[in-house]
Amino acid sequence: MKILVAVKRVIDYNVQIRVKEDGSGVHTDNVKMSTNPPDDNAVEESVKLKESGKVKEVVAISIGEDKAQETIRKALAVGADKGIHVKADNYIEPLGIAKILKKIVEKEKPDMVFLGKQAIDDDCNQTGQMLAAMLNWPQATFTSKVNLKDKSLEIVREIDEGLETIEVNLPAVVSCDLRLNEPRFASLPNIMKAKKKPMEQINAKDLGIDLTNRIQQIKVEEPPKRKAGIKVANVAELVSKLKNEAKVL
Amino acid sequence: MSVLLIAEHDNSKLKPFTLNAITAASKIDGDVHVLVAGANCENVTKEAASVPLVKKVLWCDSPNYQNYLPENLAPLVTKTAEKYDHIVASANTFGKNFMPRVAAALDISQVSDIIKVSSPDTFIRPIYAGNAFATVKSNDKKKCVTIRPTSFDPAEKNGGSAQVEKIEAVDVPNTSKFIKREETKSERPELGTARIVVSGGRGLESGENFKLITDIADKLNAAVGASRAAVDAGYISNDHQVGQTGKVVVPDLYIAVGISGAIQHLAGMKESKIIVAINKDGEAPIFSVADYGLEADLFKALPEFLAELNKLNTIQK
Ligand SMILES: Cc1cc2nc3c(=O)[nH]c(=O)nc-3n(C[C@H](O)[C@H](O)[C@H](O)COP(=O)(O)OP(=O)(O)OC[C@H]3O[C@@H](n4cnc5c(N)ncnc54)[C@H](O)[C@@H]3O)c2cc1C
Ligand SMILES: Nc1ncnc2c1ncn2[C@@H]1O[C@H](COP(=O)(O)O)[C@@H](O)[C@H]1O
Repeated sequence: MKILVAVKRVIDYNVQIRVKEDGSGVHTDNVKMSTNPPDDNAVEESVKLKESGKVKEVVAISIGEDKAQETIRKALAVGADKGIHVKADNYIEPLGIAKILKKIVEKEKPDMVFLGKQAIDDDCNQTGQMLAAMLNWPQATFTSKVNLKDKSLEIVREIDEGLETIEVNLPAVVSCDLRLNEPRFASLPNIMKAKKKPMEQINAKDLGIDLTNRIQQIKVEEPPKRKAGIKVANVAELVSKLKNEAKVL
Repeated sequence: MSVLLIAEHDNSKLKPFTLNAITAASKIDGDVHVLVAGANCENVTKEAASVPLVKKVLWCDSPNYQNYLPENLAPLVTKTAEKYDHIVASANTFGKNFMPRVAAALDISQVSDIIKVSSPDTFIRPIYAGNAFATVKSNDKKKCVTIRPTSFDPAEKNGGSAQVEKIEAVDVPNTSKFIKREETKSERPELGTARIVVSGGRGLESGENFKLITDIADKLNAAVGASRAAVDAGYISNDHQVGQTGKVVVPDLYIAVGISGAIQHLAGMKESKIIVAINKDGEAPIFSVADYGLEADLFKALPEFLAELNKLNTIQK
């Protein structure tokens, strides 16, 4: 079996976001970039399935500017076999990303596509479900446990009420939660080896899809700031403030 | 020019967030129609019809919709959407699961997790874990929108009498199967809608110690929340997680205990009306959003807090 795993390059989760003065977006110059965190879980799970012998090949794909190749290299360094970089210099919304992924799926014919549940920059949580719909495949979102069977996947997913178990036929799309596994770190020798693994490059423009964004970003602003609070000296003062000042008790 | 709102329910009752979604839908367009798809869910249709803001209820009853599998639900919503300009659902694990499938089928770019309706095509949504707010305009003819329930008040429940119209089920692909759901049962209020939330973090050190949190919660009739670190460490189940990848809560009072205040946690609680932080590290970032900060060891402070609460003769419910 074969897995296609989608990895996005995003501003590192530890970076304090700074909104641009002119309202056009957030500062990205000289800002640390990393793999979108749940995409690391998607890669880890793909590699584990390969190590279990059930999966033969893991192909990592990223869509974005040239530096997206670094994100792919990282996936290769922890065990993916091949990379595909779809070059696109502008932001593409999830609908467009899903269309690109569909094209690649038709070409690569994987049995499963693994993605992160959500990109931590746009916080959209759409791409996997859109791809599944376009392919007419079933989906497993918010996945925290994967059990690969002959022709299906048994999945435990995190839902608002607790946990849900479902079974989806293959081929299927799986979007991964952070609790699915513990992503490994790449060792130095593996980082070196990853440099020799194949990386295919495709231009998004050459895929014959209309990638015009439908959502126009009018402005980006800082969220309203909370007014500064106070420190209380002890528990009694806290309770008294909550009761008499904030009036919430 | 109407809005189609997809109701979330458990086949016998509407889930509370559906009422928040109805409010959001009514801000887009006054003609709100609610789709209730489920199995033996007549009672839900009655509840929906009695919400005054609802103008019509569409009822589709079939075993295929019992567990809201997105592969089954999305084709029904897609077909029903033909007559509507907006398709709306809550941005929780229910709405997030099926709505992008509907959007893709209709070739629409979905607007996720809005916190404000500026006009029928322009919305405000948080990005970067709420560290920026984006105003976005959808240029699609039809719009698929998910709404952040806690950013809209729940609609009034009673007094309406909308017409209920039965609609036909559509074919399902039979590619997925529901096996089971393990819901955390609790007598406490739901995290998403509770007036008070008491949350614990890694500082609690163990699942047993979470009793210090639940004792306070029970005294205050509050819901219990947690940081991701506490959930990952197994102190408490995943449905308690507050934050960017957990739940967003906006209670009147949020009490964060032994939580450092990482931006991903703040994303889920910093809109709360009053925030209390109890942390032994005076430099912890949680204090920057706290109205009242108590720099103390939680193992000492929480029992004292409970004792002080017990001294109060009245506590609001
Ligand atoms: C993509 C992504 C998504 C994430 N999503 C979420 C999310 O949704 N929700 C979330 O919460 N986190 C999320 N995180 C994790 C987040 O970055 C933090 O790691 C996490 O919130 C830390 O939890 P904590 O504050 O409980 O633990 P810590 O950061 O370890 O803080 C523990 C705190 O307890 C205090 N403490 C310890 N002992 C005591 C004591 N005896 N008395 C008083 N205080 C004490 C310490 O001073 C410290 O401040 C996410 C991370 C990533 C990368
Ligand atoms: N540009 C991209 N390149 C590769 N994968 C992506 C890209 N954008 C989104 N994805 C995948 O889709 C998931 C969900 O993204 P989103 O729908 O934007 O929240 C991410 O976790 C990635 O796995």
